[in-house]
Amino acid sequence: MTPEELEKIAAKEEQARAHIPHTIDVCLGTTCMALQSDKLKTALEQEATRHPVGSKCQVRGVGCPGLCALGPLVTVKPEGDLYKQVKPEDAHDIVNSLGAEPVARLKCDTEQPFFKRQHKIVLENSGSIDPERLEDYIAAGGYTALLKCVTEMTPAEVIDEVVRSGLRGRGGAGFPAGLKWRTVAKAAGPRKFVVCNGDEGDPGAFMDRSVMESDPHRVLEGMAIAAYAVGASEGYLYVRAEYPLAVKRLKQAINQARAHGLLGANIGGTAFTFRVEVRLGAGAFVCGEETALMASIEGKRGNPRPRPPFPAESGLWQLPTLINNVETYANIPTILRQGADWFAGIGTSKSKGTKVFALTGRVHNTGLIEVPMGITLREIIFDIGGGIPDGRVFKAVQTGGPSGGCIPEEYLDMAVDYESLASVGSIMGSGGMIVIDDTSSMVDVAKYFIEFCKSESCGKCVPCRVGTAQMHTLLELIASGEGTRHDLERLEALCDMVKSTSLCGLGQNAPNPVISTLRYFRDEYESRLAG
Amino acid sequence: MKVNKPAPPSDDKRWRMVDATMRRYNYRPNGLIETLHTIQETFGYLDKPGLQYVARSLSVPYSRTLGVATFYNYFTMKPPGAHTCVVCLGTACYIKGSGDLMTELEQTLGVKAGETTPDGKVSLLAVRCIGSCGLAPAGVVDGQVIPKVTVPQMLTRLKDSAQ
Repeated sequence: MTPEELEKIAAKEEQARAHIPHTIDVCLGTTCMALQSDKLKTALEQEATRHPVGSKCQVRGVGCPGLCALGPLVTVKPEGDLYKQVKPEDAHDIVNSLGAEPVARLKCDTEQPFFKRQHKIVLENSGSIDPERLEDYIAAGGYTALLKCVTEMTPAEVIDEVVRSGLRGRGGAGFPAGLKWRTVAKAAGPRKFVVCNGDEGDPGAFMDRSVMESDPHRVLEGMAIAAYAVGASEGYLYVRAEYPLAVKRLKQAINQARAHGLLGANIGGTAFTFRVEVRLGAGAFVCGEETALMASIEGKRGNPRPRPPFPAESGLWQLPTLINNVETYANIPTILRQGADWFAGIGTSKSKGTKVFALTGRVHNTGLIEVPMGITLREIIFDIGGGIPDGRVFKAVQTGGPSGGCIPEEYLDMAVDYESLASVGSIMGSGGMIVIDDTSSMVDVAKYFIEFCKSESCGKCVPCRVGTAQMHTLLELIASGEGTRHDLERLEALCDMVKSTSLCGLGQNAPNPVISTLRYFRDEYESRLAG
Repeated sequence: MKVNKPAPPSDDKRWRMVDATMRRYNYRPNGLIETLHTIQETFGYLDKPGLQYVARSLSVPYSRTLGVATFYNYFTMKPPGAHTCVVCLGTACYIKGSGDLMTELEQTLGVKAGETTPDGKVSLLAVRCIGSCGLAPAGVVDGQVIPKVTVPQMLTRLKDSAQ
């Protein structure tokens, strides 16, 4: 496909849409589907055929608009009204309201901070396009960046653009994406791979799932651009088997893109070829670690191996491999379309752009949000999140999942970026943000995460395999009120040992939840000690 | 050298789907995990004869095949009960009390998480986050997610689907 053909598809799509005065968009993300939004969509379609006004409207399934707490969500266009907690019984009223007064009882205020304070780049299409139609993505400007890259830019120019944008890996560690790309591009050898890490294993995090479900072509386009830049022609998308809807939509998207010449051989009429395949994870948290993930793609147990050599030199089948996370790739098309300077203008001096967070736990507006780097935690939790429900008191916010830490109230006014979160003993992580109120005990929270790491330890290295088990035993002892001061000291010593001697990130970061809760909530541990 | 393909463990037609997956990977060892997914999807669980068949077909030692099958939590070597009852123990659900929910269900059903009731009717399972954190605490009965779930709700749903 050429850029001109792409424009033609977009124009045709615009034209087709001009004939439809109203559209009703129903969220078909996992969360809303769990609330039976698929049945709601059927009800709306039936209602639309029954009414004279209905003939003027189109019912579409779209991705996630973000406010999962109030699902199922329905958006009516062009009016722009958002309806919350819609049931199939409401279909009649919604269809009848088209072109007239909105349905007041279902209306959700779109002027509230939850919507107004967000800045959407990765999620720009989520909730407004049908993820199962390639034409929708193209009409939203999709694949123009890929074709621009392969027809007008050299691989080096693409990499320069990504370097200048300042984009850092969104998987957690925050390594500059452009530098990684450059290393892979420089690696010798005719055969290279591009891998997308969609093994979102952190419990309480669902950013990547939502991006893959709501806008799968964006991830593919980002991967294809990366492949062109580093000189790879094969790619793997590693996705958790627990995300069946994301897997289905990605496979569908790959087939559509291939049929239109946007993946496969001779993309954009050039010599560039890129084939991509979905690989299923099988429920192992450690596979989020890049070397373990690659072992899993090779069909082996997900055991990590020491680095160096880094995957950029020796990855899949010992060949140079670029591995980034879903959100990182999802940023790429927009960066190439809008320019590196535009992207670098958002965020803080060291952390550019936006970050998607899954805001959950004890907070009013649970859901998916995208905010500029540098926003404060207080703004996220109390403005966007709407504060703590049931009149309870904020205690801590947990970021970074089992590898992260708990941040207490005194740091709520800190600007969020990679460095600031690390300075208070947590990490950015992939973007899980769990709010904890005064009903939870921090010893219990620490025990929960250590129990998780203990059972997810792959068993290859002793510090992680045995250390996490010992830490769990000690935490159980302390939580049950039978621990002594000596046990607490042993726990602290173990934290140090596991952190400094484990083989991979899972073990090295496993003590973080304990260390951070000990740092800020030591009194809770001490009050449970016996004697 | 062409090696003779081993025969499937039984003449069950479902093995053809497993064969199709292995063929898609050209009987290369890297297709192992995908093949195990196909077996579990079609038969509900993995067993020894099935693993031996896959091991021989893909030229992977049986020890490694078993290693992979037991390493990944998603694979099960036990036949599932007629109905499955899943409690999400992801962080968001845990903060909202799914740990207690699980303990109560274990007591009511008389089995531990990961076990099936002796009559083979119900399997109680724990998962590490189904990604529906907005609905915490979440339970899943026979594939149907129940938002903000309670123990009585789970049990009613189980009874309904048993009928």
